[in-house]
Amino acid sequence: MCLAIPMRITQIDGLVATAEIDGIARRVRIDLLDKASVGDYVLIHAGLAIAIVDEQEAAETLALLRGVFYETQ
Amino acid sequence: MRLSDEFRDPALVRELAERIGRFSGMSATIMEVCGTHTMSVARFGLKSLLPPGVSLISGPGCPVCVTDQRDIDAYLAIGALPGVTLACFGDMIRVPGSATSLERLRAEGADVRVVYSPIDAVDTARGDPGRQVVFFGVGFETTIPAIALAVKVAAEGKVSNFLVYCAHKTIPAALRALLATDELRVSGLLLPGHVTTIIGSGAYSFLADQLGVTCAVAGFEPVDILLAVEAILARIEQGTAAIDNAYPRAVRAEPNPRAAELIDEVFVTSDALWRGLGSIPGSGVALAAKYAVHDASLRFADTLAAVPPPKQTTCKCGDVLRGITRPSQCPHFGTTCTPTDPIGPCMVSSEGACAAAYKYEGV
Repeated sequence: MCLAIPMRITQIDGLVATAEIDGIARRVRIDLLDKASVGDYVLIHAGLAIAIVDEQEAAETLALLRGVFYETQ
Repeated sequence: MRLSDEFRDPALVRELAERIGRFSGMSATIMEVCGTHTMSVARFGLKSLLPPGVSLISGPGCPVCVTDQRDIDAYLAIGALPGVTLACFGDMIRVPGSATSLERLRAEGADVRVVYSPIDAVDTARGDPGRQVVFFGVGFETTIPAIALAVKVAAEGKVSNFLVYCAHKTIPAALRALLATDELRVSGLLLPGHVTTIIGSGAYSFLADQLGVTCAVAGFEPVDILLAVEAILARIEQGTAAIDNAYPRAVRAEPNPRAAELIDEVFVTSDALWRGLGSIPGSGVALAAKYAVHDASLRFADTLAAVPPPKQTTCKCGDVLRGITRPSQCPHFGTTCTPTDPIGPCMVSSEGACAAAYKYEGV
């Protein structure tokens, strides 16, 4: 039940956003997010975005595993 | 490529399995606290990648499974009343109560609806003011903010026919109670990533500092889980205990401040009844007095007082949830208890330890 799906925000209208994954769009509440922007990956659980996925952290984890130095720019 | 696919990359999974192979010879039992981890571990066959001395056992982190029989019977009793619509997450529909289930109640004519979000249930209530719409509040810290938000939205919109039957549980208090017993021997804990996006990894510091149990917060893809297992095994090898964060793309040490504020606004801490664990002080939430009008346990107090004590069964779910019995050790497993005809909730929920073992590991 604690499953949360990473979806990308495509539109924001106040506290309601549209988030998409694999062509499926959902309206979600973003009350818990500090500063959400269009393009952010967010974790969606029961219609609520519970966290922004830090893509740089994700890239760093993967780069460390793949043994390459990651350049952000 | 989707972000989650990157964390399923077979080449990375192989590399991590090789790295973890260096711990062969070590004897360690790691509890995956979260039911969604249990499901991922089973689905991706991760147990087969670990050295022979390292075992993973399921814990109490399946909300459907830990919901006490008394709460299920209470919710079913409310649903049998005239003028009531029940709204719940899909996982609850087939869970057996002492006498019936939501599925059977619906077949008998009760209005039982599955909703994706508790906010949807507020909309149902708003659209049908003549009925009492009662949401079954189950779930851990991941889910509690969504319920809190629904209650707040209902209060602001004066939707007083939206009610919550509150059976939520909180994870740190349960872990403290679980580890306080002598029956469970674990070397480390795989902590639930999404619960921790809400409460922050700092909420578990007592596990390492006071109880000496090393832990790692894990995401839900194979690479996430193996990274966390590696962190735990490395700590055990060093003889140290810490709370490592193996899910840094989503989890911080601090709680989500907006979630904390919302939960504090709508709920107060309460004791909670856990299947298999009994009553654990401070391990639940109840609606704050300000939101009492939305509290189903107050609105239907007379009905709830008349609910008989739960029927005793020989189901071993309680022991499975405490990590002291493996699903296959239950005499009902795979014979008289199967996903199509379950006796206990651990076989019903898609993330129950018994359902995961039945589906992916065979009878």
